[in-house]
Amino acid sequence: MTGTMASHYAEEFARAEGGLVGADSGWFKAARRRALTHFGRIGFPTPKEEEWKYTSVAPIESRSFRLAGHPRNGLDVAELDRLRLIEAHELVFVNGYYSAQLSRLASLPAAVSVAPLSEALPDSLQEHMERQAEQPGNGFAALNAALLSDGVHIRVGSGVTLKTTLHLLFISTAPDGPTASFPRVFIEAGANSRVLIIEHYAGLTPEEYFTDALTEINVGPGATVEHYKWQMEGARGYHIGQMLVHQQRESRVTSYSVSLGAALARDDIAVSLAGEGAGASLNGLYMAKGRQHVDHHTSIDHQQPHTTSAEYYKGVLAGHARGVFDGKVVVREGAQKADAELTNKNLLLSEHAEMDTKPELQIYADDVKCSHGATVGQLDEDALFYLRSRGIEYSQATALLTYAFADDVVARIAIEPMRHAIERHLTAYLPRAALDMELL
Amino acid sequence: MLTISNLHVCIDGKPILRGIDLEVGPGEVHAIMGPNGSGKSTLAHVLAGRDAYEVTQGTVVYDGADLLAMPPEDRARRGIFLAFQYPVEIPGVNNAYFLKAALNAGRRYRGLTEFDAVEFLSLVREKMKLVHLDEALLKRSVNEGFSGGEKKRNEVFQMAVLEPRLAILDETDSGLDIDALKIVAEGVNRLRGGDRSIIVVTHYQRLLNHVLPDAVHVLSEGRIIRSGQRDLALELEERGYDWLRPNALA
Repeated sequence: MTGTMASHYAEEFARAEGGLVGADSGWFKAARRRALTHFGRIGFPTPKEEEWKYTSVAPIESRSFRLAGHPRNGLDVAELDRLRLIEAHELVFVNGYYSAQLSRLASLPAAVSVAPLSEALPDSLQEHMERQAEQPGNGFAALNAALLSDGVHIRVGSGVTLKTTLHLLFISTAPDGPTASFPRVFIEAGANSRVLIIEHYAGLTPEEYFTDALTEINVGPGATVEHYKWQMEGARGYHIGQMLVHQQRESRVTSYSVSLGAALARDDIAVSLAGEGAGASLNGLYMAKGRQHVDHHTSIDHQQPHTTSAEYYKGVLAGHARGVFDGKVVVREGAQKADAELTNKNLLLSEHAEMDTKPELQIYADDVKCSHGATVGQLDEDALFYLRSRGIEYSQATALLTYAFADDVVARIAIEPMRHAIERHLTAYLPRAALDMELL
Repeated sequence: MLTISNLHVCIDGKPILRGIDLEVGPGEVHAIMGPNGSGKSTLAHVLAGRDAYEVTQGTVVYDGADLLAMPPEDRARRGIFLAFQYPVEIPGVNNAYFLKAALNAGRRYRGLTEFDAVEFLSLVREKMKLVHLDEALLKRSVNEGFSGGEKKRNEVFQMAVLEPRLAILDETDSGLDIDALKIVAEGVNRLRGGDRSIIVVTHYQRLLNHVLPDAVHVLSEGRIIRSGQRDLALELEERGYDWLRPNALA
């Protein structure tokens, strides 16, 4: 760790501390300070660490990102409106700060609370904050804890089904040069509750900026959580996101992580299947071109018997893009009858694109069902020739086959506007691909 | 229509075709027969533009143009159609979408107006009947999960929709039972006529009982060693190929 960067963020902290969320809360302030000290000790990760072997965060480390002073400067409201979803509770954050004015929070059932951290800091957060502040070996979590800009605490009471989607929209506009935001999302799903949440990151600026996001989800017994992460940061944005999921018995979590934007993106998901019969399904789709770098890490910890996990990630890399996938599944001693399945498939559209994939199973129980597979390949030459032999132009044939490759993941996305945006992205992504969508 | 002169082709440096000469006139049906490994499929694929094959010598002139200089999609748009011996399964690509894109690519190329969804559907419904294909297959992915017979009939169906000027059938009869063979043959015969030329590549002569050729050529070790009329095919069925091989003649 270079002392300069630690001191840069220490200066940012000193400059901003009085105005940060929770400045008047003793425990919150103390947790921030401990996190800053911890960050000063461990700093940003380096490629010498196994978990960061293929992803250098030097571009983030070498830039002096500042906390946005006037977060809403330069916001184009029309552009923002295009990102809204119909029929959703919508919380809008601009450069890390909650905007009540831009948000649309209709009335919620009595047992559901959705509270921006800048408006309320429930005491139940204290434990989480303190745990994240000093997590070993993760400078990004510590930095998020130290400089946390804003966020939301969502609690769904026992037995409640929240029918309307919760759309958390994090917009970056980089209003005063390179800025950083540190959003935090806490979700507590009570026993047998159901909720669907979209975390949506969008860059409305060609400038450089940095998002360091942290999400925690606690899933009560029998509860069902569907979580979508839709990462469409700007072309010069840097995105580091972590999601920590803790599941109690018989709970279900389905996650979709879609990475389309950012110059450098890293998405970590860690799931603890801590109760008997808990199940998680993790789906992912990433597409990168030019010099984009996209890295997905997942880790699933089967701690109890009869826990299940199914993981399906697909990636398309063009140009000089670089992709990383690291999927770890641990089945602990005593987690008998666990069922784990892990698949990662990648399509390289250019000889200059590169993919490193590492599925890893660690099994310490003897009566389990586990499988994993990873592939990296090019477009099927036979299929390409077949299409061309019928008169379909090379670029369109390429587009069709790329589309077909991603199709099974895309089809799983139940949020229609999100699915359509991904479809548009897929087609726009391919050069000269006049793909008529009519019959698709 | 098609003139092949002294065509030499290699795969991975190994010569497969070693001097093919063939002239196919408008409206003619030519059968190319030969034992396995004689180069029949290679010839079919080279004409369609498969780029894994290296043409080391010779020319192919199609409608006055240098065929070998064209990418496969241009050959298709100018009316060349290859019915594959092993049609490729393409998961995720919708059969109807694929065929409409192919049809309209050809129509655009020829300066015709494109078919809209309604015109396209009425055309494909009519053509599917020709080869007894279930309409439900249109909604599936290209060839995915099709039976062997369905794949072959799908090739003939595509041919009927695209209406090529030169159709090349690469062992379209292989793996078909007698009923399926008749359906395929009838589909091909319906397309016969006018200026449309057809090259039937086959190992056995049984398809030729239904699709009567104007000429039969025997390919062996990359060369045409005998050309004749339909009776040559019948003779081959009776006597096999060995009597024609150069070493057998010696």
